[in-house]
Amino acid sequence: MDEPHDRPETESQKPWMYRRAVINGVFWGLLVVCVLLGLADLVYHRHTVFAFEAFPGIYGIFGFISCIFIVFAGIGLRKLIMRDEDYYDD
Amino acid sequence: MTNLSPGLILVIGGLLIPLIHGRARQIFMLALPVLGAIQLFGLDHGLHGQVAIFDYTLTFVRADKLSLIFGTIFLIASFYNTIYSLHDNDTMQQVAAPVYAGAAIGAVFAGDLITLFVFWELTAISSVFLIWARRTARAYIVGLRYLIIQVGSGVILLAGVILYAQKTGSIAFDHIGLSDLASWLILIAFGIKAAFPFLHNWLQDAYPESTVTGTVVLSAFTTKLAVYALARGYAGTEMLIYVGIVMTAFPVFFAVIENDLRRVLAYSLNNQVGFMVAGIGVGSALALNGAVAHAFVHIIYKSLLFMSMGAVLHRTGTIKASELGGLYRSMPITTVFCIIGAASISAFPLFSGFIAKSLTLSATAEGGYVVAWIVLVFASAGVLHHSGIKIPYFAFFAHDSGLRCKEAPANMLIAMAIPAFLCIAVGVYPDPLYAILPFPVDYQPYTTSHVLSQFQLVLFSCLAFAVLWRTGLYPPEMRSTNLNTDWIYRKALPTLVRWLMQVGGEIRRGVLFRAETRLERFIKQVYRHHGPDGIMARTWLTGHTVLAVALLLGGYLLLYFI
Repeated sequence: MDEPHDRPETESQKPWMYRRAVINGVFWGLLVVCVLLGLADLVYHRHTVFAFEAFPGIYGIFGFISCIFIVFAGIGLRKLIMRDEDYYDD
Repeated sequence: MTNLSPGLILVIGGLLIPLIHGRARQIFMLALPVLGAIQLFGLDHGLHGQVAIFDYTLTFVRADKLSLIFGTIFLIASFYNTIYSLHDNDTMQQVAAPVYAGAAIGAVFAGDLITLFVFWELTAISSVFLIWARRTARAYIVGLRYLIIQVGSGVILLAGVILYAQKTGSIAFDHIGLSDLASWLILIAFGIKAAFPFLHNWLQDAYPESTVTGTVVLSAFTTKLAVYALARGYAGTEMLIYVGIVMTAFPVFFAVIENDLRRVLAYSLNNQVGFMVAGIGVGSALALNGAVAHAFVHIIYKSLLFMSMGAVLHRTGTIKASELGGLYRSMPITTVFCIIGAASISAFPLFSGFIAKSLTLSATAEGGYVVAWIVLVFASAGVLHHSGIKIPYFAFFAHDSGLRCKEAPANMLIAMAIPAFLCIAVGVYPDPLYAILPFPVDYQPYTTSHVLSQFQLVLFSCLAFAVLWRTGLYPPEMRSTNLNTDWIYRKALPTLVRWLMQVGGEIRRGVLFRAETRLERFIKQVYRHHGPDGIMARTWLTGHTVLAVALLLGGYLLLYFI
């Protein structure tokens, strides 16, 4: 996220979106919100159709694992099907 | 006149566009969807414009809740698409876009299968010009491939319709259901346009090759027309649940590694249509409402996403993730619109995707389809990953690419504002949309359970991305081509044909060579016997002949006397 430009910049010269403090703030803020959402399941019982939905934080865990799986499967898929940009030369 | 198909207004109006010039043309183009909408709202429910031909009845307009909601959203899309393309004075696209939209609307209102077929083919023929309008050699070839597949879908539809009419004696387009060959053919025709797995690749092949504005137009109509046709003809066909969940799941993996951001959106389109197909397969009132509501909101946020990427392509000249990044400073308003579209497709609560996808998910769960439900939830996380995060992040944030450009043109910004507003409005206040769904809605999307579960799903998925990005495990964007089923007809078959031609050529040469030598030998033989010096062609002297005759006669006499 803090990829340098042509010349090195000090933190204060960077656009605010690329400053380390902002990036860290967003990341840790997101983590805190996620933890709170997971904990909310301990105090609130969701209306479920399937029994396994009642497991605390199940949606969060499932979403997190799914995304990690998708990315690693994608990396594997690249090995299989990635070719040069002009592979089809049409 | 009062019961004319709203689609015809756009088709005929579109064909008149070359006759009008300057500002009048722009006003006329904007007026077409408005006139279409006035016509649509004036339609009485029921069958109109019926004409008897031989033993069959053609029905040009069937107005009911299902056709009206699709007609409505097609007209809305047509309206903001026109605004989006006002900066571009390309007559080819200005004609093709309303004719294509009108054909899709005409097909939605078609009450019989023959009328459906005619408009079905018209969507194919009109839309290919939006691809050819890119005017590159590549777009020309891609357009040809697209046209062959789309027209092919129509031909299969016609074959199915003929068999269906023979069997049932009717061409009315009502519930068909899977039973015999005719119904399978019609389903395959619908399936090609809906981009079913293995029939899908025309979509990722063709849409990203169209123009900046053409891709936005294309994304709205063809696949959703197919969704409408499936909902009309095949609701409750259980096989569609499984077709649908495969559609939602597999494009997710391709989207993650795709570098062309408009192609990422094409994969995501495939995934979204999968949700609708699965809902149609479940077939309950709740599920069908979910599929239709999803189609409605999907057209809006998918247009918005394609528009924002179109604006990036228009301003920077590239849409490759590997070359983009950091554009939020150059195009802040486009960035905001893109994020609204991304939040909607990811089904964040208070955005339109949430209130539609919830219906389908609940219906799948209530129907007891556990596996399908789990796959749909997985695919929801996947959508968030590639459309919700990847699209805005790689275009507008990520690494600063150093690209500096102007904000999108005013007409594009106005065009994006309309779907952006609708994404939020429908998400916050879904009742007006629920009121026009085909079945009465008794559903509350904003329960604590739903909202908490959804927030968990989407925010933990975001967290997964953030963790992978921070740890450097996220795969870098690379300039590449990723193989897909089109490899079969773009590489395998041409290679096979080339190989066959080569081998065939060898065989042909071998056979010809043998034949030639034999023929030569034969001619030589003939020449030896019948040629100028051949024994059979030799000219004898008269004396020799007389002698030979005398000898023969002598021999004969001798034999006679003996």
